[in-house]
Amino acid sequence: MAEILYFGRLSDVTGTFCEQVSLPASVSDTSAVRSWLDQENALDGALLEASVRLAVNGEIVTDPYPVTDGDEIAFLPPVGGG
Amino acid sequence: MIRISDQPFDAAEALSEFTARATGAGAVVSFTGLVRDQASSSKVETLHLQAYSPMTETGIAEARKAAHERWPLIDSHIIHRTGDMSPGDAIVFVATASAHRRAAFEAADFLMDYLKTEAIFWKKETTASGTQWIEPRAEDYKDRARWTRS
Repeated sequence: MAEILYFGRLSDVTGTFCEQVSLPASVSDTSAVRSWLDQENALDGALLEASVRLAVNGEIVTDPYPVTDGDEIAFLPPVGGG
Repeated sequence: MIRISDQPFDAAEALSEFTARATGAGAVVSFTGLVRDQASSSKVETLHLQAYSPMTETGIAEARKAAHERWPLIDSHIIHRTGDMSPGDAIVFVATASAHRRAAFEAADFLMDYLKTEAIFWKKETTASGTQWIEPRAEDYKDRARWTRS
């Protein structure tokens, strides 16, 4: 199972902060993860936005980055503290 | 030192401890950011800060290292809140110490620009009209871009 985390506004959009999913065989990189979860959750492109970055196992990656079951995959909308 | 915590902190106390530790410094600069009481349209009730550990800490540590490489700092200290805060609460504290003032001023400014636009945090504001996630403003990105070296 892969662990999917939705930060910031994306947890409101998806209705969850964290979910365990079994990645289908066809979903082997971050671009495919975006499209698959966006479609599964009927999000109308919220996970496809260029401003939403992905982190795999705690590292921000550039699409398409390989993923496998067991990875922690986090969706990060624009960040900022202060 | 870097501290990310959901516990309130006293900025005056943090500054006094930092100054006491900054042996040999001729300049200490500090910045404290407070939760504003006014959003664009209504009064802020609470501000919620979310982080993603340990990415948040790692990123801040890298920014701090970059500041120490760029300016001759004796020390620096960053405190950032997470969790729920009320207007007037301290949300962020940055202090820098150096032999002369310019390095301390610039490094504190640099670190704050990093924290505002690149540190891994998400902010949610609650007002009487509901909740809203706050993202950096165009000005924040412009401020951050000042530090890019060509």
